[in-house]
Amino acid sequence: MFRKIDGLAARPAVSLFFEDRSILAQEGDTIAIALMNAGARAFRETPLSGAARGPLCLMGVCFDCLVEVDGTPNVQACMVAVRDGMRVRLQHGARRFEGGT
Amino acid sequence: MSTVSMTHDLIVIGAGPAGMAAAASAAALGLKTVLLDEQARMGGQIYRNVQACDPKVAALLGPDYTHGTTLTDAVNRTRLEVRTGALIWDVAPDLTVTGLQDRQAFQIRAPQIIAATGAMERPSPVPGWTLPGVLNAGAAQIALKSGGVVPQGRIVLAGAGPLLLLVACQLLDAGADVVGVVETSPGHNRVRALRHLPAALAAWPYLAKGLRMMMRLRKSGILWFAQAQALEIQGADCAQALVFQAGGRTQRVDADCVLLHHGVIPNTQLSRLLRVDHRWDDRQLAWQVVTDTFGQTSRPGLRVAGDGAAIGGALAAEASGALAALGAAHQLGRLTDDDFATRARPLHRSLARHLAIRPFLDELYRPPTWIVQPADATIVCRCEEVTAGRVREMARLGCVGPNQTKFFSRCGMGPCQGRICGSTVTQVLAAELDKSPNEVGAYRIRAPLKPIPLGALSALAVPASAHGPSAPHCAPPNVEKE
Repeated sequence: MFRKIDGLAARPAVSLFFEDRSILAQEGDTIAIALMNAGARAFRETPLSGAARGPLCLMGVCFDCLVEVDGTPNVQACMVAVRDGMRVRLQHGARRFEGGT
Repeated sequence: MSTVSMTHDLIVIGAGPAGMAAAASAAALGLKTVLLDEQARMGGQIYRNVQACDPKVAALLGPDYTHGTTLTDAVNRTRLEVRTGALIWDVAPDLTVTGLQDRQAFQIRAPQIIAATGAMERPSPVPGWTLPGVLNAGAAQIALKSGGVVPQGRIVLAGAGPLLLLVACQLLDAGADVVGVVETSPGHNRVRALRHLPAALAAWPYLAKGLRMMMRLRKSGILWFAQAQALEIQGADCAQALVFQAGGRTQRVDADCVLLHHGVIPNTQLSRLLRVDHRWDDRQLAWQVVTDTFGQTSRPGLRVAGDGAAIGGALAAEASGALAALGAAHQLGRLTDDDFATRARPLHRSLARHLAIRPFLDELYRPPTWIVQPADATIVCRCEEVTAGRVREMARLGCVGPNQTKFFSRCGMGPCQGRICGSTVTQVLAAELDKSPNEVGAYRIRAPLKPIPLGALSALAVPASAHGPSAPHCAPPNVEKE
């Protein structure tokens, strides 16, 4: 739901996976910005009613941008920068404890 | 019973204007200082990404934004230890700071801490504010600063406050499709603000900037509504329109993105964790941390500076951070009484100058009652989807404070740990119980301040060696009087 403004200098590209598709972001982008540039609007569904939610604050307060990053759930997409090869998945419903790290 | 020995003279948490000014001042006074921030770069939200911002974006944001480089430069000139990407999730009563950086837990400790955790946007709970496509106005500015991006499609901004106007101007300048601004300030705000205008003239650059923004927006030809009421965002799966009352009739503005803003309030999560004294401020409609002018809270050694204590804006935060650093240095015996007084004087003057505009702005942009006392059907707790009506119902059933309503309804118990709903729930309960917010109180905050992997916790639980890490501080169980 975001787009780059015109006339900006290109930053080095970063390639990551959003669900199962490969998307391109730029170095220094947060995961939230990268996903919204790739067209994402809703990031997760609430555990209670299943209502769709997207980022509200983009500054680490609202927790409505929680995503799964490289298998780790509940990562604040607005607080973490993209990395090459990163695998980001949207969260559906409540988290379950499945052991591991 | 900490086994963490002192690692620094001063730990500064948060690298916005207050934190950067505090850390740079302290390091210049010879204090062994560490500056911590969760973000990848210094700057906080106001100067977010200022060191690496695209020149075109920086030009668009203007000198008030690029001023931040004077602070990042000041930090870089000192031999200050800066740890970015460091999430602080606990501060123990003995001031041991526990954090997570590069997935590794760490603990550090100092006799003085300056918490400069800044502000957050006041929640704007209106029907439909949980729909994707509804963001805080500040979020759009953050996206512009950090990624050089703007919302796609038609944008409408709604609310009250200088930031609302600023973001509207900046989005227009960036070529975004801003269709309108819907101001919610009630008409009587102007009358009440007027008596503070003489004092505000001392801070005339702020007034001049405000007037410039108003003229820019009026000239742009976008839709403009004033004194709007009964805001509602409509849409099936995402925001599609903003509907409201203005000029005696129902208005509808179609939009793909709705940006809400009703001022900013201190982010008190860390000061609440440490149980320091807070007081409700009726003019700013927010909690403030009780401090002296050097940021000293009711807990010895813990100082809070900048907007994290009370809203004063970025330049006031800078002075407030430098004053907190002086306080810390003096407390540690690194400044003589005379030197302390001499250095504090110009900073106090600067602080007073920047705060002179506040009473005027606070009255002019005081949020309407329906924002701080939302209608029954409106969700206040986004995480657990609890409505204002449910909170009121619990008050009628005998709940006397936010911790009880949390216990019975999970309101404030979700991942944001009450950051978003906290101030609203306090105000709703206060009104329903006919008490002051001070009597009703706030959520009791516990560690971890943010969700952390279990591995990070267990890494700290290994038996402590001579100077090994201590067990993380755990708050007592949830038994409390309200």
